[in-house]
Amino acid sequence: MLGIVRGRVARGGVNASMTVRDALNSALDEEMSADPKVFVMGEEVGEYQGAYKISKGLLEKYGPERVVDTPITEAIDHIINSAAKSNYMSAGQISVPIVFRGPNGAAAGVGAQHSQCYAAWFGACPGLKVLAPYSSEDARGLLKAAIRDPDPVVFLENELLYGESFPVSAEVLDSSFCLPIGKAKIEREGKDVTITAFSKMVGYALKAAEILAKEGISAEVINLRSIRPLDRSSINASVRKTNRLITVEEGFPQHGVGAEICACVVEESFEYLDAPVERIAGADVPMPYAANLEREWPSHRVQHSFVYTNVKVERSKITFLLF
Amino acid sequence: MAIWLRRSRSLAHYLKAEIGFWKVPNQRSFLNPCFFNPENSSSTTLTGENYGNPASFLGNSPTLFGSRRFESIKSGREELDLEYENSGHQNQAMDFPGGRISFTSEMKFISESPRERIPCYRVLDYDGLPIMHSSFVEVSKEEALKMFSSMVTLETMDTILYEAQRQGRISFYLTSIGEEAINIATAAALTPHDVVLPQYREPGVLLWRGFTLQEFSNQCFGNKADYGKGRQMPIHYGSNKHNYFTVSSTIATQIPQAVGAAYSLKMDKKDACVVTYFGDGGTSEGDFHAGLNFAAVMEAPVVYICRNNGWAISTPVSQQFRSDGVVVKGKAYGIQSIRVDGNDALAVYSATRAAREMAITEQKPILIEMLTYRVGHHSTSDDSTKYRPVDEIEHWKTARNPISRFRKWVDKNGWWSDKDESELRVNVRKQLLQAIQVAEKAEKPPISNLFTDVYESLPSNLCEQEELLRESIKRHPQDYPSDVPV
Repeated sequence: MLGIVRGRVARGGVNASMTVRDALNSALDEEMSADPKVFVMGEEVGEYQGAYKISKGLLEKYGPERVVDTPITEAIDHIINSAAKSNYMSAGQISVPIVFRGPNGAAAGVGAQHSQCYAAWFGACPGLKVLAPYSSEDARGLLKAAIRDPDPVVFLENELLYGESFPVSAEVLDSSFCLPIGKAKIEREGKDVTITAFSKMVGYALKAAEILAKEGISAEVINLRSIRPLDRSSINASVRKTNRLITVEEGFPQHGVGAEICACVVEESFEYLDAPVERIAGADVPMPYAANLEREWPSHRVQHSFVYTNVKVERSKITFLLF
Repeated sequence: MAIWLRRSRSLAHYLKAEIGFWKVPNQRSFLNPCFFNPENSSSTTLTGENYGNPASFLGNSPTLFGSRRFESIKSGREELDLEYENSGHQNQAMDFPGGRISFTSEMKFISESPRERIPCYRVLDYDGLPIMHSSFVEVSKEEALKMFSSMVTLETMDTILYEAQRQGRISFYLTSIGEEAINIATAAALTPHDVVLPQYREPGVLLWRGFTLQEFSNQCFGNKADYGKGRQMPIHYGSNKHNYFTVSSTIATQIPQAVGAAYSLKMDKKDACVVTYFGDGGTSEGDFHAGLNFAAVMEAPVVYICRNNGWAISTPVSQQFRSDGVVVKGKAYGIQSIRVDGNDALAVYSATRAAREMAITEQKPILIEMLTYRVGHHSTSDDSTKYRPVDEIEHWKTARNPISRFRKWVDKNGWWSDKDESELRVNVRKQLLQAIQVAEKAEKPPISNLFTDVYESLPSNLCEQEELLRESIKRHPQDYPSDVPV
């Protein structure tokens, strides 16, 4: 197993790196190898090696009994009405240990029906677990956790991240590596403002934190990793430290993940907030196709948004100092 | 996606070749018999090989088959009849993705409705006599009596629990009156290892498998002993030990689920199949299409039983579909199908036995359309006299009653008497009333059941919510029902 994984890891001695695609592929491979009851099913997963090549090599290795190509059918109903509810409605008689995985949110130039972020939709369903990896470490650890989990898990990947490379430690490369579901990761420590993000937005948040650092503002970036269950305690602990919160997501603002995070913080850490919670999200419109319009999607312009917020944050700080 | 592209590229090239021929007038015309004149060879090529070369069609060119064989088309090459001009265009066949199709020069649309509807398989006539030359599976006396008394039990249970709802003792009920033969005879034709995914009008299958009247009542009253922990409305029975999936109200969702369950039986090479039920209305759902299509492609051992009882609440079948019922839809998916008189217990039994056999030995789905009539209202929330004539209901309740029809056959075999009948009915009624009393008096499920089974283990937020709820109850006990244990 490790041999196969190593083959995909870029040479670099201690500083090994891996693309998210390879991270997902290796996680699938290792979990299928470890448990003969794990199998993959869907359109294009077998012969085609996966619509985004995530299941590459699996058909050849495990055969058509475990990597099953199926006809197409696109429906959310069975995820939210069957998978999420069966265990509860049947009082534990029908469990649904399944992982629904695939790209979520916008790629580039794929228009309204291929760009929506469903984190908030699925995050609203009791009975589901919802994960959103960012880095290769996230991809490996969370996918393994999802496969091992007895509950139905929605695993929201991002097409643009598939090709991105991230450093991975030896621990991450080990086949027993697993991340806990429901725990966020502090990607960057800071003390002036907390920025929560998930999936591709973590990358933007980190870049924004760099820019803010040059202006003397130390931002703490939290990679949520898990949308449901949400790591309320990590978020609150961070806000109690920094006293300011910005939530970032690419999805629509109304009823979004940021709205839930804001509510969590207001409920538990109200006295600690020095300024109202800021939400950065996509425009409340179906994603347009034209490249120039897509570029104007607010959370895609997060760095500019941060400059704006930066000013607000500074103003709040100045206000605080005066008093 | 690449496979599809490969295919379409091939198709595109093929079509280009065709179009190429069309563009060139007269002698190049595809429809023109002179087209294949070897003297009229063209030097145009599309792919660098003698692709577009009409001469190549004669089969003289050795490159013909090489260039025309596409990776993804597995069904062989195009064969050309060298005596084309003599034998006529009709004998030609062509490879397309999906196989070899013969041509016709007649532009004929297939009729939307057959001259004759698919006939219905039936064994017993209305006097309970087997129709001459009918083929059916023999049923022993013991089996027949068990079937008959189960049908009576089902009818009695339905009548009494329906009344209980009317009296306000349970919140909801729906009956299977008129469909007892389907309920019991299909169940009798299966083994306990066959997995059943019901819609909601098949409690008889569970009854046959040994679910007791007390267990049925417990679910309807949502008490502590309910296997569903009081979480669902009445009639949403489910029992793992009886291999009966918990009823879920949503229509037709069990159809694709059945394929998955059947596929797992297939993977484990079990000597069992999945049987799933749905009504005429269910066939309009998207899940019906997806389910049957998947079952056929994945060769899953699932028996689809459609209870075509003529009504989906107030929607008659004439407003539900315009096909010849449901049986013809099977063919559209490549599924073997049969239409059966659903009120003829022996026909239902025989067809289900045969379907089960085929599904398991040949590892493929089968569709059975059972024609019947929904005698009762859709549910206690419905009054069907508002949309259909009372005498129609009466007719099916009496003259076309499946229980009395089977009774006649049982009687003629000398296996049953009026005395047996009245004893049975009195007995069942007594048991039921007793069960209802016990169920009604029993405690409700504890409050902890509100939060369990959402996930396999109780998450922290639900722990908190449970605590909050208990505190709230302590503070306001008067707002909380007294018969629900905290």
